Amino acid sequence: MANKYVKNAVGRMIPEKINGKPVIPYQGVHKYKTTGRRYAPPLPSCADYPEDGNKLVKDLKTALKKAGLKDGMTISTHHHFRNGDLVANQIFIAASELGVKDLVWFPSASFHCHEPMIEYLKDGTIHHIEGSMNGPLGRFASLGNMKGTGVLRSHGGRYQAVQDGDVVIDIAVIASPTADPFGNANGLTGDSACGLLGFALADSQYAHKVIVVTDNLVPFPCVPWQIQGNYVDYVVEMDQIGIPERIISGTTRITKSPDRLFLAELTAKFCDEVGILYDGFSFQAGAGGTSLAIGNYFGEIMRKKGIKARFARGGSNQYLVEMLEEGLIDYILDGQTFDLAGVRSMRENPNHVNTSPFTSYNYHGKGNFAGIVDVVILGATEVDVNYNANVVTHSDGYLLHGIGGWQNCLFSKNVILPIPLFRDRIPIIRDEVTTICGPGELIDVIVTERGIAINPRRKDLLDAVKNSKLPIRTIEDLKEEAERICGKPEPVEFGERVIAGINWVDGTVIDVVRQVIE
Amino acid sequence: MSKKGTAGNQGPGIRSDCFAALELKSSGGIEIILNSKVDALFKNSIQDLANQILDFFQIKDAKLEIIDRGALPFVLAARIEAAVKVCLDPQEEFLLEMIPENKYQTRKDRTRRSRLYLPGNSPKLMLNAGIHQPDGIILDLEDSVAPDKKEQARFLVRNALRQVNFYGAERMVRINQLPQGLDDLTYLVPHYVNLILLPKCESADQVQAVDKKISEILSDSGFDYPVYIMPIIESALGVVRAFEIASASGNVAALAIGLEDYTADLGAPRTKEGRETFFARTQVVNAARAAGIQAIDSVFSDVGDMDALRGVVLESKSLGFDGMGCIHPRQIKVIHESFAPTEKEIQKAEDIVRAFDEAASKGLGVVSLGSKMIDPPVVKRAQKTIDLAVKTGQLPENWREQGSDQDN
Repeated sequence: MANKYVKNAVGRMIPEKINGKPVIPYQGVHKYKTTGRRYAPPLPSCADYPEDGNKLVKDLKTALKKAGLKDGMTISTHHHFRNGDLVANQIFIAASELGVKDLVWFPSASFHCHEPMIEYLKDGTIHHIEGSMNGPLGRFASLGNMKGTGVLRSHGGRYQAVQDGDVVIDIAVIASPTADPFGNANGLTGDSACGLLGFALADSQYAHKVIVVTDNLVPFPCVPWQIQGNYVDYVVEMDQIGIPERIISGTTRITKSPDRLFLAELTAKFCDEVGILYDGFSFQAGAGGTSLAIGNYFGEIMRKKGIKARFARGGSNQYLVEMLEEGLIDYILDGQTFDLAGVRSMRENPNHVNTSPFTSYNYHGKGNFAGIVDVVILGATEVDVNYNANVVTHSDGYLLHGIGGWQNCLFSKNVILPIPLFRDRIPIIRDEVTTICGPGELIDVIVTERGIAINPRRKDLLDAVKNSKLPIRTIEDLKEEAERICGKPEPVEFGERVIAGINWVDGTVIDVVRQVIE
Repeated sequence: MSKKGTAGNQGPGIRSDCFAALELKSSGGIEIILNSKVDALFKNSIQDLANQILDFFQIKDAKLEIIDRGALPFVLAARIEAAVKVCLDPQEEFLLEMIPENKYQTRKDRTRRSRLYLPGNSPKLMLNAGIHQPDGIILDLEDSVAPDKKEQARFLVRNALRQVNFYGAERMVRINQLPQGLDDLTYLVPHYVNLILLPKCESADQVQAVDKKISEILSDSGFDYPVYIMPIIESALGVVRAFEIASASGNVAALAIGLEDYTADLGAPRTKEGRETFFARTQVVNAARAAGIQAIDSVFSDVGDMDALRGVVLESKSLGFDGMGCIHPRQIKVIHESFAPTEKEIQKAEDIVRAFDEAASKGLGVVSLGSKMIDPPVVKRAQKTIDLAVKTGQLPENWREQGSDQDN
């Protein structure tokens, strides 16, 4: 039966159903609220668990069998090991060997190391992915090769989906750098130390079955228990669960590109001039080379002005840790640690605090941290003249990136996107973005190397730069300059098929991604 | 002439560039094979441009293969034209629009603290060069271009002069050594180039040959704007003849020194302390001053060491140089900061200019500050210091109204 389409609040056509389930079209910021109660997993009893607390089973396959793995189940994993993850692939190798079909993979993010999943998407072991599809997986899905339709959610949206019961996790597999036989686990020590396990928190609480996998089994108790063993069904010991040098992501170095440094410096200067960098402010900058450089420039300005930040939201890394240790920042509220300096700091420094999407981003929390942050620096593949931004597809239509915490961070007081005006020949500012991931009303400033555009909604910022020498321009003006340099891009034709839905933080669908025609 | 011609760059790591391979045929019409990274967004426009160029050169039967890594139109056009001109020898040039922003002229005595070298056959580095706000950019046809790429680099540099907005930087080109360099001029002069760098200059004759060729091209093409010359002294002989070179033409705006080749010529290793080049540098400064033009120092090649660069620039300034070359955009800021006048220098300049203003308003012919008489060149120099301080934001434009510190 052909899907019917409806127009959502940002003007995008959304199918009534995705993967056979009805969807709710995006209705506007904070417009949609579910009512009722949180989803609850089946009630366990300790009578059913070993009295001595030893939940060790022989191997992952055994654990999956004991957890009742069968066709059509939803299996969740987490991206704390980033591109060094050795566990997720093994789940589907085991599932394929067991002849299980049509699984839904629900990762908190995927990376290049998950390219082998393509084989299991092809042989029917996996029906579709609900989570980011980076690089090769995105290319595979973009060409319409995935059996089902992908669903992309933000980190906060993942928590929301679990609490709403939009996604019912049958089995969560939590790769844990350190764990005990009871299932208590943390990311602070062990060869695969990754800092924290925040992305697995919802899964531990809501999944029907929870498997903890570790290569550093310690006697009870494993403290601190970032994942609490009382939620865990089985514990599996493996030789190696991650590749340490790939857990430490290669992008966490300050850029050496003069153009990006220029962009970073201009962004920091802007923040300073409009008064965002006051004593006691807070900020969040990602792990990309430009963002790291901005953090560094913030540090320079803070030193010069003799001010400090009350807190910085991580992605932590050595640069942020150095600022914490220097006293430029009171606290790091960390969502994921990007390098060993971050891991060490989290282990040793009580002011380096481990957070989760629940504390920071969840739509069903009684408030969350995102809105408290003064300024957040984010990336984008495209922005349109209405400040809507895209972070998942490229202008040629390929789905190549996940949402991460990007949508959730848009609720910060000042959202700044430093982006080059064009990449190779591709202008970044468009009449309409290929895929809307975030509505323009939440995006405040676009900083390019050729000028800064301020969202007209932010009259306060426009006033603040009135007598400034900063290169303030309209977004239309920037778009025109890019098109004069690059030429006007030709419209891209897409296939009919929807290959992925893009969810908003409240669970509604803000846009869909269509099949790319090669 | 060959039936096949190629131009451009390809391979891993190549971005914002393309490779064009043209094969002339005797029949079969035009076949364009496009392999582009930006195919989805620019397929038609690339093909249109390619067809337009082939048509312009009246090529009816040919196979043109383009491997494109996101090249801008000025790059595509340069590569295709260069491939055509390996096969054919038409007089015509395929010229893209001269963007109005690039039709500016510069002054002979403009500020020339920094000039950023850009390899003439590497388009990627040209695109954002202007945003770093060097006083000048140098599109280099000489040492940074491999011998077999010299010809195609001319088209790229010409097109960059016409189409890349350098946001007010003085647009310089370093031509090849003469006589090859004289042929380069044809591709530069009618395209609003501001200044020609003449490498390895050893005589006034060379300067005059360049100057003559420039004025011929200007008058042939109906243009009338200044094109300055900056000879680069890079040999012992050049150093000896520095004054003769500096004063060879009224269009010589500055005299530069290139120390790598100079030390090679001396047979002395180039050291950090630079004792071996002290004579040459002071000689160049002296010759330039004697000819009433600017003196420009060599480049500093360790792009990672900003502290060392700062030291070198401060020394340069103390020797009397007005600027130096950069090989990386990050050096620009350090160079500008280091060439900036000190607070003391600004203060003194303010006092001198005020004294001059006062004397002028009273109709006095003689300017004095305290008990000291001030000569006109001193006033001029003070005015230059003030101009630079205003430009660098060290002084507000209305500094006169703000009163001097001495009054407060």
